Amino acid sequence: MSDVLVLVDHVDGQVRKATFEMLTAAARLGEPVAVWVGAGADAAAGDLGRYGATGLLVADDPALTDYLVAPLAELLAELVAQRSPAAVLVASTNDGKEIAGRLALKTSSGLITDAVDVQPGDGGVQTTQSVFAGNYTVVSRVAKGSPVVAVKPNSIPAQETGGSAPAVEQVSVQVSDAARAARITGRTAKEQTGRPALTEAAIVVSGGRGTGGDFGPVEAFADSLGAAVGASRAAVDAGWYPHSHQVGQTGVQVSPQLYIAAGISGAIQHRAGMQTSKTIVAVNKDAEAPIFELVDYGVVGDLFTVLPQATDAVNQRRG
Amino acid sequence: MNIVVCVKYVPDAQADRTFKADNTTDREAVDGLLSELDEYAVEEALKIVEAGEGEITALTMGPDDAVAAVKKSLQMGAHKGVHVNDAAIAGSDAVATSLVLAKAIEKIGSESGPVDLVLTGLGSTDGVMSVLPAMLAERLGLPQVTWASELTVEGGTARITRHNEAVTETIEASLPAVVSVTDQINDPRYPSFKGIMAAKKKPVEEWSLADLGVDAAEVGLGASWTSVVSAEARPPRQAGEIVTDEGDGGAKLVEFLASRRFA
Repeated sequence: MSDVLVLVDHVDGQVRKATFEMLTAAARLGEPVAVWVGAGADAAAGDLGRYGATGLLVADDPALTDYLVAPLAELLAELVAQRSPAAVLVASTNDGKEIAGRLALKTSSGLITDAVDVQPGDGGVQTTQSVFAGNYTVVSRVAKGSPVVAVKPNSIPAQETGGSAPAVEQVSVQVSDAARAARITGRTAKEQTGRPALTEAAIVVSGGRGTGGDFGPVEAFADSLGAAVGASRAAVDAGWYPHSHQVGQTGVQVSPQLYIAAGISGAIQHRAGMQTSKTIVAVNKDAEAPIFELVDYGVVGDLFTVLPQATDAVNQRRG
Repeated sequence: MNIVVCVKYVPDAQADRTFKADNTTDREAVDGLLSELDEYAVEEALKIVEAGEGEITALTMGPDDAVAAVKKSLQMGAHKGVHVNDAAIAGSDAVATSLVLAKAIEKIGSESGPVDLVLTGLGSTDGVMSVLPAMLAERLGLPQVTWASELTVEGGTARITRHNEAVTETIEASLPAVVSVTDQINDPRYPSFKGIMAAKKKPVEEWSLADLGVDAAEVGLGASWTSVVSAEARPPRQAGEIVTDEGDGGAKLVEFLASRRFA
């Protein structure tokens, strides 16, 4: 069976859930081989094996981590040339999509981003995407080269296979001068909130204009549910919440099991970022807010009374 | 400073967008406009030129209507426009689009002096793949500096700040470079009456694939490295249950969440 390369999405050695989801998808197409860039691969090998990785290629070279995405595309292109994999999967994040784009050009391979499903198909890898703000489902075939698929985090349930830690094989690439042209000169980690990452969370509670700038009730409700906190563009533009938490077309696109919109009217740009959530709930004072067209359950009411009451009720159930 | 801003004419995201029988976007069904996210790139180009000097070329590709994206850029203050218009382009994917735009940028450079900066939005508001800036950098052999929420261009170097979920990064690269900007970077201006009048006199060149030396077989639907098998409208959501808070809205909400095993 052909290899399927999976570029491991990790932050300082902490493997993100998207990686396990991609390994699960990769096993449908061939032998999942994890590609690890940076330090920490040995510690993660057990987890990668448990989700189906049968190989682990490690490139721990500063030239790959100090210069954005161009060197990573060169590494993967080299591995594609060596192994002719059935597909290459990367996480459909900002960086992941750019790696995918460059890799597709380098290897003359078909490219799909934001795939919510990947399957083997007649005449090539078949992908599913949700487009036009979630209003259309598009199935595509990627027949050319070694298909490059950027897989949307939280779309494919990760399945443990009980595999053991794969053997580590060191790989390297001669990074070109051109790929080193954009240099990372500073990195500041954001303050950790202790909450799950927005793209990975099973539950997201978001606040909008209706919070008036007070995200306290939103955060408290999120914490009672173990949820991530999101924000609408209006709340972010007003400076009430950091841009990195913005859910929407120009922010983070989320697809959790449960999405709760509090004080968010539901402008099309916001809907584009959350419409594929499995269950949608809204709390809004305005009964005419367009968000109510999307919901499985809606409460017309003031989030400053509804959310605290709900928070108490959840805490009592869990208590 | 010679700046090229890539702009795209897109179907209005507020309207109901659909597909045609060949599974390409139906661009006739709804009105088009300059992709909102490109306005930030145009504005940033204007700020750079206003702080120093230079010339801004707004570049687009697409059918006749697509020139509207260039015209809006000219109204905002860009100096000239290029519209790559060729029937063979229809249905091009990101791979083919990046080829055409890269060739056009090279031609602009050969005609009006080397291009120092290629500016783009973070993505279009229709496809939203956000891969084009990286693909342009790959094809042009230029550094890519993407997702800028702040940009300074000084002494032949572009420096940006960008915010990811967990980390804020500063990045620098020598010019020429490809820079994509987010919607956090500025507040795009509205065209003034003077700008609208001035735009009527600004030159817009129309180029064909032959002008760019691109083989028609390399672009369009037929040359696409992926093919759409089906495009189906998602079934409308079942109308949800909506209650009005009468003092027990929070408790009722949690009852619903518990019924779905979320609480």
